[in-house]
Amino acid sequence: MCDQTFMAATFGPCESCGKPSPLMNIYIKNEAINYCSFCVELMACQGLQSGESVASLKRECESLKKKLEEERGKLNDVELHQVADKIEVLGALAIKTRRVLKGHGNKVLCMDWCKDKRRLVSSSQDGKVIVWDGFTLSKENGISVPCTWVMACAYAPTGCAVACGGLDNKCSKAVAMHTNYVSGCTFTNSDNQILTSSGDGSCALWDVESGQLLQSFHGHTADVLSLDLAPSETGNTFVSGGCDKKANVWDMRSGQNIQSFESHVSDINCVKYYPSGDAFASASDDATCRFYDLRADREVAVYQKDSVIFGASTVDFSLSGRLLFAGYNDYTINVWDVLKGTRSSILFGHENRVSRVRVSPDGTALCSASWDHTLRIWA
Amino acid sequence: MYPLLSSGPATETLRMEKVIVAMQDPDMGMKMRNQRLLITVIPHAMTGKDIIDWLMQNYNINEEESLHLGGFLVQYGYIYPLKEPRCLVLRPDESPYRFQTPYFWTSTRWPVSELDYAIFLAKKNIRKQGELMEYEKERYSVLHKRINHTWDFVVMQAREQLRASKQRRKADRIVTECQEQAYWLINRPPVCPLSPFIETCRRALGRNRVKSSICLEGSYSEQYQNHDPIMQGCLPSNPWISDDTAHWTMNAALVPIPTRLRVERWSFSFMELLSDAMGRQEFMMYLEKEFSAENLCFWQACEEIRHGESSKIVEKVEEIYKNFLAPGAARWVNIDSKTMDKTLEGIKHPHRFVMDDAQMHIYFLMKKDSYPRYLKSDLYKSMLSKAIVPQETKKSVFPFVRRQRHSSPSPAQAAEDSRSKGPQAGSD
Repeated sequence: MCDQTFMAATFGPCESCGKPSPLMNIYIKNEAINYCSFCVELMACQGLQSGESVASLKRECESLKKKLEEERGKLNDVELHQVADKIEVLGALAIKTRRVLKGHGNKVLCMDWCKDKRRLVSSSQDGKVIVWDGFTLSKENGISVPCTWVMACAYAPTGCAVACGGLDNKCSKAVAMHTNYVSGCTFTNSDNQILTSSGDGSCALWDVESGQLLQSFHGHTADVLSLDLAPSETGNTFVSGGCDKKANVWDMRSGQNIQSFESHVSDINCVKYYPSGDAFASASDDATCRFYDLRADREVAVYQKDSVIFGASTVDFSLSGRLLFAGYNDYTINVWDVLKGTRSSILFGHENRVSRVRVSPDGTALCSASWDHTLRIWA
Repeated sequence: MYPLLSSGPATETLRMEKVIVAMQDPDMGMKMRNQRLLITVIPHAMTGKDIIDWLMQNYNINEEESLHLGGFLVQYGYIYPLKEPRCLVLRPDESPYRFQTPYFWTSTRWPVSELDYAIFLAKKNIRKQGELMEYEKERYSVLHKRINHTWDFVVMQAREQLRASKQRRKADRIVTECQEQAYWLINRPPVCPLSPFIETCRRALGRNRVKSSICLEGSYSEQYQNHDPIMQGCLPSNPWISDDTAHWTMNAALVPIPTRLRVERWSFSFMELLSDAMGRQEFMMYLEKEFSAENLCFWQACEEIRHGESSKIVEKVEEIYKNFLAPGAARWVNIDSKTMDKTLEGIKHPHRFVMDDAQMHIYFLMKKDSYPRYLKSDLYKSMLSKAIVPQETKKSVFPFVRRQRHSSPSPAQAAEDSRSKGPQAGSD
């Protein structure tokens, strides 16, 4: 934490409006005066009309936001946990570590399963990408990527290729080029297209063969940290989450932002669709995970507990969507009952932050990647 | 997220402070007492066990989780041990602990304004002519446009602050400059163009929404519950637990007889049926009997265009036209005239999504018509009755004998093999 000695670390009555608040140190004709930031802005804007237009735009924004919340609330005739009352309570789950994958020399930042249900790929801060047979623990392939912090890696649907990206702003053999780090990547339903999210605030769809940009998606106002493809019949949308606390749903063909949700109070680190494609979950630095229904167009559940105080970095659903696995910065994985909103169990084992959790394609196991240099497979 | 890149301060410390404040609440907080440390009596102390018990009761968690949470409170310095003060560990016993007087409480946070940032950039510009970083130059010009009306004020303040800082010692000045730069690296206000946001808001107001009672039926999870191995187990056993790969072998892409659960899933949705290689095979057989197999063939061919290589799009589109759309084509598909006209127009300039409308039309045709009839057909019913329900493998009598874990061919190897075997080798 930096000490802010250059900022006026004083708190007291403003010399203009008298309200007690944090004070800025401002100089007028060599004299230091103490105004609160609101009065400083007023003074700076005096006598000029354009100041009003900024303020009026801000006001319009606030009123629109309020109206939107009202509209969303009108159709809110029942809560998710009320509907879930008639569903049976979950029995105790006996989930244990079944495999520990050791071999990375530094923080493991990302992993992805292969469609064959037992192979997986993982990437690490030391620039190594490893392909494992999770079942036998053998390392089948290792690639060195010429950059550190390989934050994203993905397995191609046919299992014949792997994509990765990170602080070098690129995704794999320079298929995708962003102007800032690549935070996430995923193949669309084939080996031929990749969707990427980036610290430059955008997402993009690329053709693997030619490296051509097919579509770009703009609308986030800060780094985009995660994305997920919708499992739908028409297969044309995806959701992204970022440091602007927003989760946006996009149309892949037109590049348009179809829906937007803003209820987290801090960065969204991960987004993942519910298996039916009608809803999605998000994990955030505000220590909560949230569940959003796309047809109702609102947040329908918040997964939080007073004893859970560290940020959540990653989420994934079990095969039926009843369980939500979330990895946290306090080294644990919490298992939430999606419908009832309660915490079903907590998994201990990792010795540092959990950076990624993914359920295997046939739902038989959960894999977690951690800053403790290992991956664990749970079942 | 990673400290360099997030847009705000570490919020877990704020939440941790909430816990500490609750623990010190005069009514509901911890009961302190005098703790004996060797020959000294330390007032206002508590034992490790007290801490764990309080957390368990007040947060409704078990002992393992309470120890885990309490451990962080000690690690982060909010609680310190009286015995062995250098060992920041929470012991679940009579070891004495005390609350630390916080040297940095982050309770007052005020929002950073654009004005502050503009003044900082103006200062840097004046001090080091043109040495702003790329993104700083961009922000500077954006801010210059946006708060142009206050620019005289910004420049005036920048000059005044620089003049005042000259009166500090050089070493202090350098430290302050570094701190400022680091601070703004993390806390710079987001570039928030308001008009696109207003557009999105207006569009959002116009959307059709569905009542919650209809959306939240929650039937998907119930339907799939028996198919969720982590919740209900799987037959004959979960390979990760038993080291036996029988479950995977029985559920391979193409098998002589599929499992019961798998065949049941085909009835959950049309997409389930189509995404299973065996399901597609069975459905194709059914459609052939009904003389409408061209629909599924057409759909598959369209999928190959959507997901295939860009270089092959043109030739694939031509193939589809020849086989399915041209008048008198061998496997002509029945599309409504409007969609047909639009598609034929689009074929003149083929692209990846040119077949989308036609493909969707045929997809929904199969879904509404052939699919429900397939589920009622003898073909499906007999498959369901033939399907295997594997016996559950009882846990091994000698649990310490680990079964040998067999490897499997990698998908890349399998693709190599099928290529060398020739064109008859399996699809998918």
